[in-house]
Amino acid sequence: MRHRGMLATLAVIWTLASASAITTAGQSAAPKARGAAPAAAPAPPPPTTDDCLACHDDDSLKRANGTSLTVHKAVFGASVHGALACVDCHADLAHAELPHAEKLAKVDCATCHGDEVAQYRQSAHAVARAGGSSVAATCVSCHGMHDIRTKSDPQSRTYHLNVAATCSSCHGNASVIEKGHIAIGDVASPFKDSIHGRALSRSGLLVAPTCSDCHGPHDIRKKADPASRVALHNVPATCGKCHEGIAHQFAGSVHATILAKGNGGAPACQTCHTAHAIHAADDPAWQLGVVNQCGSCHADKMKTYRDTFHGQVTKLGFRAVAACADCHGNHRILAASDPASPIAQGNLVRTCGKCHTNANANFVKYDPHADKHNRTRNAGLYFASKGMQLLLMVTFAFFGLHSALWFGRGMKERREKARV
Amino acid sequence: MSEVVQLRETDRYVLRFSRADRLLHGFLMLSFLGLASTGLPLLFSDAPWAARLARALGGFAVTHRLHRVFATMLIAVFVAHLSRLVERVAVRKDYGIFWGPSSMVPQPRDLVDMYQHVRWFIGLGKRPVFDRFTYWEKFDYWAVFWGMAIIGGSGLMLWFPEVFARVMPGWVFNIALLVHGEEALLAVGFIFTIHFFNSHLRPEKFPMDMVIFTGRVSERDLREERPAEYARLASGPGPFPGAGRPSARLWLAGRVVGSVAVAAGLTLVSLILYALVF
Repeated sequence: MRHRGMLATLAVIWTLASASAITTAGQSAAPKARGAAPAAAPAPPPPTTDDCLACHDDDSLKRANGTSLTVHKAVFGASVHGALACVDCHADLAHAELPHAEKLAKVDCATCHGDEVAQYRQSAHAVARAGGSSVAATCVSCHGMHDIRTKSDPQSRTYHLNVAATCSSCHGNASVIEKGHIAIGDVASPFKDSIHGRALSRSGLLVAPTCSDCHGPHDIRKKADPASRVALHNVPATCGKCHEGIAHQFAGSVHATILAKGNGGAPACQTCHTAHAIHAADDPAWQLGVVNQCGSCHADKMKTYRDTFHGQVTKLGFRAVAACADCHGNHRILAASDPASPIAQGNLVRTCGKCHTNANANFVKYDPHADKHNRTRNAGLYFASKGMQLLLMVTFAFFGLHSALWFGRGMKERREKARV
Repeated sequence: MSEVVQLRETDRYVLRFSRADRLLHGFLMLSFLGLASTGLPLLFSDAPWAARLARALGGFAVTHRLHRVFATMLIAVFVAHLSRLVERVAVRKDYGIFWGPSSMVPQPRDLVDMYQHVRWFIGLGKRPVFDRFTYWEKFDYWAVFWGMAIIGGSGLMLWFPEVFARVMPGWVFNIALLVHGEEALLAVGFIFTIHFFNSHLRPEKFPMDMVIFTGRVSERDLREERPAEYARLASGPGPFPGAGRPSARLWLAGRVVGSVAVAAGLTLVSLILYALVF
């Protein structure tokens, strides 16, 4: 009880302090913004916010088509723009007669937020708008209208922990996805279950990335756009903003080398980790899934791996034995010819020894990708396979026929016996 | 057949398999089925049933251990059988296991029997006069014998690769896994189709030959199926070596165990066929 009382007191002090801070900030910002507007020479004076709210702070105020025209005084007052006058944004009303015409000029956020709007103009959202999309996001889609709050305000749509929900209102909405022809479809639900999504929603971690950390806040570009943060060749740097150590490892890998050469088939982080459904790397189910991902490029290696005990056990869904990364490493995968590679000849005893404690030089002559069809690489296995095939064929052919004939004769005998 | 034989025909039984033989066969069945059901999911890991069967049996940790428990059991059966053979020769001075009607060693007579048997199948001759062990029984025996040696040997290599790597190169394990799987496929396929048919499912025996469970064959069946052996027993110097009727309880137990084994075996064969076809 004592603790709760103390907490309540602290909360009240905190609220008062922040409220006064916001008020002060608003007051100091207001004249600056107003100063940007051209000085009005002729009368009549522009309507004050109170003039506007005299009509608009009314729940019943509607357009002819029934959409709301309400601006709550309290909501606007609490917004980051609360200290501004309505006409600072609705500049066309500065000299209008009241009541004003129903159709107003579009508010131009660039009046104050020039850089952000310039970035937005490059974004996939702006491009889609320009192309005639009626659903692509504009400033208000993410920031709101009269209730805009700063991104540091936990009630803001753009507060770090709220961004995913804000983006999901479109990118998890089937009708918007359809109308906007959004090829990737619903990314909201996979992200929600991803390790990043859970870190945000369950653990409330401000350090966990949300949509804008990878895609950017205003200049969100499609991955096909080379300037995009999520363009294939930019992905390692984007992920590396947080996972810097991993990015360094990856930079030395064969995958990074071919990626840098512009090979569009080269893997970047999301190739194995996925973009939105990223799992914890120690999740066995994910680790087993990555095997298939490796196999999607290295099909021949995948095939021979599946012929081994390692490949069979993992195929059954058990993580108990070696998967690709256990021998090849993960982020810094190197060619076997590279002496630093875990599968370089000189490192095999140590690499195999991670599981097979007493592995020796003889042991590592095992071929973890042996191909029974390859006479040059695996001669012994090739002939063993052919021999076994022959043995099985001959045995089953002979005894299959033997049994079939016997069955026929046996049935005949049985019928004859029954007749007697 | 002589008149003496005719006179001796009653409801008497002859002991074909001793209690030790039947017990070993029982453990053979159990371990073989256990090895097959824990091993086949690996061999057919691509098949949709494989992961489900492996999970149903308790997952990798359990099947991995079970496979080795059954392997140990089967090796014990193999060793017990070999010891019994050695004991027969060394202690009882019974050299009959090397040649003659009580021997499993293939003999010229087996080739002749096989030729005549096939002629009889297609209606070109009379049924051959079989003795104690027929040619297909000998094939079954040696298939299992070498199967155990090859699958068991390769299995041990895969079980203790670090130990075997002291004396052999690692690529031998590549071959060991292939041979282990293919030979197992041969054994499983052969036992669950050909052996089941030859010994139980063929029209003369259907649904099941109970002799491996009761150990006893009726005098009438023996005379019909193995006339040479019957004649030898009947014309022997001593009295006819009859055995008691199989007890009803033993017969029922055998019926249950046999049915379960046949059902399990045919299920596994169906799974294999499914994996091979689809």
